[in-house]
Amino acid sequence: MSAQQIEYNIGYLDEQTKRMIRRTLLKAVAIPGFQVPFASREVPLPRGWGTGGVQLTAAIIGSDDVLKVIDQGADDTTNAVSIRAFFNLVAGVPTTTRTEDATIIQTRHRIPETPLGEGQIMVYQVPIPEPLRFLEPRETETRRMHALNEYGLMYVKLYEDIAKYGHIAKTYDYPVLVNDRYLMAPSPTPSFDNPKLHQSQALHIFGAGREKRIYAIPPHTDVESLGFEDYPFEPQSFDQPCAICGSTGVYLDQIITDNAGGAMYACSDSDHCERTAARADNEEAAS
Amino acid sequence: MYVAVKGGEKAIANAHALLAKEGRGDPGIPAIGRDAVAGQLPVLVSRVMTEGSLYDPKLAARAILQCQGDVLEAITLVRSYRTTLPRFGYSEPIDTAGLAPQRRVSATFKDIPGGQQLGATFDYTHRLFADPTGDGPTDTGADAVPMPRVSDLLGSDALLEPDRAADWTDPEPADLTREPTVFPMTRAERLQGLARGDEGFLLALGYSTQRGYGSTHPFAGEIRVGEVEVEFDAPELGFPVPLGRIEVTECQMINQFTGNADTPAQFTRGYGLVFGRGERKAMSMSLVDRALRADEFQERIVAPAQDEEFVLSHADNVQAAGFVEHLKLPHYVDFQAELHLIRRLRRDFHDNAGSKRETNA
Repeated sequence: MSAQQIEYNIGYLDEQTKRMIRRTLLKAVAIPGFQVPFASREVPLPRGWGTGGVQLTAAIIGSDDVLKVIDQGADDTTNAVSIRAFFNLVAGVPTTTRTEDATIIQTRHRIPETPLGEGQIMVYQVPIPEPLRFLEPRETETRRMHALNEYGLMYVKLYEDIAKYGHIAKTYDYPVLVNDRYLMAPSPTPSFDNPKLHQSQALHIFGAGREKRIYAIPPHTDVESLGFEDYPFEPQSFDQPCAICGSTGVYLDQIITDNAGGAMYACSDSDHCERTAARADNEEAAS
Repeated sequence: MYVAVKGGEKAIANAHALLAKEGRGDPGIPAIGRDAVAGQLPVLVSRVMTEGSLYDPKLAARAILQCQGDVLEAITLVRSYRTTLPRFGYSEPIDTAGLAPQRRVSATFKDIPGGQQLGATFDYTHRLFADPTGDGPTDTGADAVPMPRVSDLLGSDALLEPDRAADWTDPEPADLTREPTVFPMTRAERLQGLARGDEGFLLALGYSTQRGYGSTHPFAGEIRVGEVEVEFDAPELGFPVPLGRIEVTECQMINQFTGNADTPAQFTRGYGLVFGRGERKAMSMSLVDRALRADEFQERIVAPAQDEEFVLSHADNVQAAGFVEHLKLPHYVDFQAELHLIRRLRRDFHDNAGSKRETNA
């Protein structure tokens, strides 16, 4: 068989698709928290592995961008490495692990510890964009509920948690109300990260490839995590500092160290951890 | 000190190299060529083309080889390539009545104009291991006898619902791959979704309708397999020009319908169409298509196969496989969050148990 020459466009997606996604993004930014349907394309990684995030990044990335990709907060997890390599291959853009050097940060499950600045764009990989999905499986129903601002079901769920367990039993993908109007799933980031969305200086865009939805939180938007006056929203907190860099007030991974159940806790944000540790070493050397 | 699952580029590169080695098998045995796959595994190639939504036997064969026979991987590979292709417009509707069938059977009439033609089929083979002979008949019987579609024969008496309603105006067909999915779908969109849907999923759903979960009382009106011409009407030319020929399998299922206040009793239809030779898929598709028309005929929706959102949201195996398999990806941030909660709930439980003991004492 004659070898068929197969060529892919720069950034993988064809230009019409990029335009379609950018237009969807404009609508998403104009209606914060609203899930805009888009004609999601197949991309060369499996559905559920960040195909929504990859399409968003592919649609907005340009030659002067610097890309950072994290998964579970870390730059060196396999899927983050794989996606970074993909963009290096198809878009030829420079990549970084330093949060403040990046113009685009594609993420799965975390928001970096380093505060985000103006002009930065966070791209989230979203598995289930509909915050009401596990309460109501039908898309036709949940769209109506959003249209009517009918979120009683979610409050009842949170109330039932409190009645049953004494706490709100939602630890990640914790629902937020955006700009006092749309209920939104912040993707499966721990509720620890929710406060970082409120009045953030950065633009946050969310892509659900398999479910074909895009939504956004523009800079300086109110993002309120749901709660009650007597049972307010409570993000996770950790008792101990990071065992490697000593940071407190950051999200920690539990690392099993032996067969007897021994464990240590270390930063999930690898960039933050490495640099805090390096700074401490430098200070020690200087003193 | 910390060397857990956070792997890097090297781990990935090594994994890919190992994968390639596993796929090559014994280096003393010649590698399978793409042509061999395209020529000798045509049914597999058909499935990859159908569910990959791209008619290109050689590319499908290449995908099957690259994916070491993992059909869903091959379909994903084809889809990811297909989505990047530019599109010029829609072809003219293919004329399956005009295709010279290599195979054509009807279960509803003993004799039909044009006759029954068994063709290349596994039906009536004894499922015993045997060595392939390779000598085929020289006369395949596919001569130029006109073979009108069985559905047109019944339709002439108005016993069967017509191809299209009287008020049908030839709307632009939606394109599932270029427009967002919004429910409810049109039948054209649904059929697109079913055509690229997973064969196994549709088979199970079709089967469920035969076992009482949304019964549609089907008869295989006609199944035909053969090559059909694809034509494209370029606006500059003003007349359709042939682009080439594709092999398709079409199934027209005829289903009982007892009528309602607006319509007298007549037979209704379910439709299935796939690339290449894929009879099982075409039949399953037609069963599910008919079941999904429950709303149209004011039938009660009681079974999974009748539920449009359920069927169309879960039929695509590229989506299903990806999302199920994504559970392999690290989830330790979320798991950590859940650990936190479980520990807290257990602490509460033991505190409560302790205070209960105290009250009882």
